[in-house]
Amino acid sequence: MRVLVTGASGLLGGAVARLLVHQGHTVATFQRRPSGVDGATDFRGSVTNAGELDAAVRGAEGIIHLAAKVSFTGRAAEFDEVNVAGTRRVLDAARGAGVRDVVFVSSPSVANSGAAITGLAAEPADPVRAHGDYSRTKAEAELLALAANSPELRVAAVRPHIVWGPGDTQLVERVLARARHGRLPLLDAGAALIDTTYVDNAAAAIVAALHRMDHVSGQALVVSNGEPRPVGELLAGICAAGGVKAPSWAVPGVLARAGGAVVERLWTWAGRNEEPPMTRFLAEQLSTAHWFDQRRTRELLDWTPAVSLDDGLAKLAAHYGPAGR
Amino acid sequence: MPSTSAADGPGTVRRWHLLDNSAQLQRLGLEPAGTLLCVHGNPTWSYLWRTLLAAGSNPAHPWRVVAVDQLDMGFSERTGTFRRLADRINDLGDLTDALGLSGPVVTVGHDWGGVISLGWALAHPDDLAGVVLTNTAVHQPPESDIPAALRLALHPAVHGWGTTTSDAFLRVTHALAHPPLSPDIRAAYMAPYRGADRRAGVGNFVADIPVDAGHPSFAALSGVAERLRGLEVPALMLWGPRDPIFSDKYLKDLAGRLPNATIHRFEGAGHLVAEDRDIATPVFQWLADQGTPALPEPAAPEPVAFTPLWDQLGKLAAGPAATGTAVAEMAADGTVDRSLSWQDLERNILDLAAGLHDAGVERGSRVSLMVPPGVDLTVTLYACLRLGAVVVVADAGLGTKGMSRAVKGATADFLIGIDKALAAASVLGWPGRRISVQDLPAARRRLLGVETSLQALARAGAPASATHVIGAADPDAPAAVLFTSGSTGPAKGVLYTHRQLAAMRDTVAGTFGIRPGARLVAGFAPFALLGPALGAVSVTPDMDVTAPRTLTARALGDAAAAIGATVVFASPAALRNVIDTETGMGGSGREALARIGLLLSAGAPVPEPLLAQVQRLLPLASLHTPYGMTEALPVTDISLGQIRQAAADAAAGTVAGAGNGVCVGWPVQGARVAVIPLAADGSAPGSGPSTAPGVTGEILVSAPHVKEAYDRLWLVQRGSVSVPGWHRTGDVGHFDAAGRLWVEGRLAHIVTAPDATVTPVGAEQAIERLPGIRLAAITGVGPAGTQAVVAVVETLPPVRKAGPATPELAGRVRGAARDAGVDVAAVLAVPAQPTDIRHNAKIDRTRLARWAERVLAGGRPGKP
Repeated sequence: MRVLVTGASGLLGGAVARLLVHQGHTVATFQRRPSGVDGATDFRGSVTNAGELDAAVRGAEGIIHLAAKVSFTGRAAEFDEVNVAGTRRVLDAARGAGVRDVVFVSSPSVANSGAAITGLAAEPADPVRAHGDYSRTKAEAELLALAANSPELRVAAVRPHIVWGPGDTQLVERVLARARHGRLPLLDAGAALIDTTYVDNAAAAIVAALHRMDHVSGQALVVSNGEPRPVGELLAGICAAGGVKAPSWAVPGVLARAGGAVVERLWTWAGRNEEPPMTRFLAEQLSTAHWFDQRRTRELLDWTPAVSLDDGLAKLAAHYGPAGR
Repeated sequence: MPSTSAADGPGTVRRWHLLDNSAQLQRLGLEPAGTLLCVHGNPTWSYLWRTLLAAGSNPAHPWRVVAVDQLDMGFSERTGTFRRLADRINDLGDLTDALGLSGPVVTVGHDWGGVISLGWALAHPDDLAGVVLTNTAVHQPPESDIPAALRLALHPAVHGWGTTTSDAFLRVTHALAHPPLSPDIRAAYMAPYRGADRRAGVGNFVADIPVDAGHPSFAALSGVAERLRGLEVPALMLWGPRDPIFSDKYLKDLAGRLPNATIHRFEGAGHLVAEDRDIATPVFQWLADQGTPALPEPAAPEPVAFTPLWDQLGKLAAGPAATGTAVAEMAADGTVDRSLSWQDLERNILDLAAGLHDAGVERGSRVSLMVPPGVDLTVTLYACLRLGAVVVVADAGLGTKGMSRAVKGATADFLIGIDKALAAASVLGWPGRRISVQDLPAARRRLLGVETSLQALARAGAPASATHVIGAADPDAPAAVLFTSGSTGPAKGVLYTHRQLAAMRDTVAGTFGIRPGARLVAGFAPFALLGPALGAVSVTPDMDVTAPRTLTARALGDAAAAIGATVVFASPAALRNVIDTETGMGGSGREALARIGLLLSAGAPVPEPLLAQVQRLLPLASLHTPYGMTEALPVTDISLGQIRQAAADAAAGTVAGAGNGVCVGWPVQGARVAVIPLAADGSAPGSGPSTAPGVTGEILVSAPHVKEAYDRLWLVQRGSVSVPGWHRTGDVGHFDAAGRLWVEGRLAHIVTAPDATVTPVGAEQAIERLPGIRLAAITGVGPAGTQAVVAVVETLPPVRKAGPATPELAGRVRGAARDAGVDVAAVLAVPAQPTDIRHNAKIDRTRLARWAERVLAGGRPGKP
């Protein structure tokens, strides 16, 4: 099968492309930077450019669309342009090239209004209630993608929850950097139960969606390890794997949420491009429960996570190695 | 409809509003089994019965449901007349005539609609197939006043304004719902009564309540009340006891008139029981039960020859041991405080029985006993049983609130109590004529509403007791109501017959070899009462029976020394304290304990290390920890040696099914035990009992000493005997290949993880074996079927604040649980586990689960 992976220079996109290559598929990638995936053909370009996209999509039977602006901060228009309009362009290109299947890689935050999620399945994406520009635009894009599902072009959405692993800059590096500088508070004594997804598991689930389109087209599925942990323990595990002393004090969640909102706005106005120390998004992620009912996901995808949380942490520790400590 | 009521002139036609599902049944092509004729009270309307209307159109059990709005009520005509009870009963007959309604009809009534529905029922015997009553009354019990709420509504200063001019009576009634009604439902109840001109019926209804014999409706009401006793159709009573108007005493009155009625009290529900609880399901279940012949009782246990509970007692009193000690109680200084010989015990029992009988205690009277274990309780208990009265034993281990609920629900006719209990009865309004243990000063007697004392009754009964004829015991009449500990919801009353109590005695005697002449220290109330029945000398140690952990080694030793004890009954919490206070024991006590041959400890599992410590104190004793429950005691038995063998088998993996739970041994004499295998959703839906090794399921027991029924809890009773011939215990467990039962926890506490139904005990034991852990509880958070497993641990030393465990502790706990086959998502540490009052051992998992749910959603830890 000829498959195009967009956004393959990221942690998850790279893992998806590598897994497809490993499975013997003909793999092309599309992103601004080199993908670094051995055995795949790189197309360089941006989802903001329809012409560049058309060139990459030509000849593909399936597309896995991961390219997105992923950030806690930034101007709203940028998120709209990359995440919403970019997805529309990918779908248009797919239709034009006669692509059969598209897997849209989404996020559980598209259906999260900030309340605790305890054991729910994938709720409908809700751009109005989603918090922050990233979640809002991913929600709009997911609705767009699933609305495009038809017998000719089958589309499914997969929402991996908090993907991490060796080389991850989104969660692991942020946690380690903050812990190093003593800026990682344990919200609400760190008791909120959080599920996450080890990167190899997320990649396998996404590729499974492409193969199981008969079962999943038109649907959104949340993917996780199915191993919720109290957030404090999770962060402590990441810190231990990274060789950094674990956080040891707590900031009340409400305070952190309010503080995060203020900081987030200040950062955006000031045009600073470095990450703020605590954003509301992160505060919400860390102070309220986020874990999901995985029964339907596993049944439809005929997939179970191969790497447990503890195995993943061991791999993370091996990645940082004695030298990293 | 043409009216023939006295309130109307000849030829008057009245307009009714009613709800009727017959058109819907026709549309669905359903043939109804009969008609439910539903009559609301004041100030509601047919809307009250909407769940019955919906359920009646269910193809699984089609019934026509006709719910009327009485005249001047709901959306029926405002007649401008004052309709009395007799009119209203007649009105309903006019309506059913006009409708052409014929049998089979089951009437359904609420509040004063209950009386009217019964009036109709008595007038239409040919059509009547049954009656359903919810929070109503037909008679004002003579010893009590009209409910305060109604007295207020009837007061001339309040009546017109409260019921008609304003909507106060409506609003007050609607506020009786628990939980509160939603605004929509409240508005629906108010809808037909907007404006004073629409509310005349509400006021007239209240004014028609016959407060005394001079009232115009008194004759109609007493007519219904008296003729009710002749009603032969099945009756169902669904009751909300949290009702300031129609409280339990009215239920008791109705139950007395319809002794074969099926009764269910919804603990926590109130006057508007149809709003507070689902009444449609039980009503239709009951209707279905009436249509099906009773299930054949398969393989009922061998009928046992019946000898009354007091048989041995009488023999010993007349035999060579007559002057020997029968019962004794210890004083704090280690001396015997009081004792009675067998012949004195027998005479005291008969004297008191005669006195009680003269005071009005009869066969079937309910007598609440609030007397601590000891001589007085023994005498009173056996006196009541001899009379055929039903003893109600609500122990202080239920806590004040639980005890109050229990005694109110059991509606005792008499309350015999120590001063403290009588004071509580006064304050909390417990039912029953009051009898004190000791003679009280007149002022105190008046204050507590006490009529007489046990001492006075015994004195009064003594001259007559020799000639007082007590009829033979009816083996199958109710004898006792005991209460569950309430660790899984409100305490439930459990009814035993004389035959079942006698069977309990025989099982204990046979299983443990306790014969007449045995001498036992009774540190555990349920068994303690059996002492005289077993023919055993019984001594009550000096302890606060409300708290088992107050039994000290010294008190135990003194009690044992006083009678040269051979047997000890003590709860696990008591044993723990005995070990903790061992150094305070004197030499004679130590010697006395060294001669004990048998120790029984029941009520909660006893850890092996504790038993090993007990064995040091009681070197010759065989240590047994029977397993059972209030509904069946005991069910199985195991000794310390057998516990060790079971542990070794589990560790070695040589016996199939050994492990994962508390090994409680083999069924006791006369008992059969089996399980109903669990389904993936954590329920036990099947009906095929199994004893196959390793099959986990709900534990069933069948034995002559299993309870007769749950008291006034028809729905609970129905569930408990849904496998014919067996009692469902609500516990889960499995057998091993050696025939031993292993208990894995409560059915209600199973955690349903995505690919496992987790029973708690196995993992808890594994965690408790870790150093530094005192008590562990496994619970779940999240939706059924995809729950995350949570371990809550109490550490040694205890943590300062409840919250997530440290990563180090969490790792160890998770590892131990994983070795026991359970994947734990979160580990929480608490300073102390919430435990029950009676045993200080059962963890309140419902509370713990709620707390864990909150904490793990990101809420503040607080206290569990």
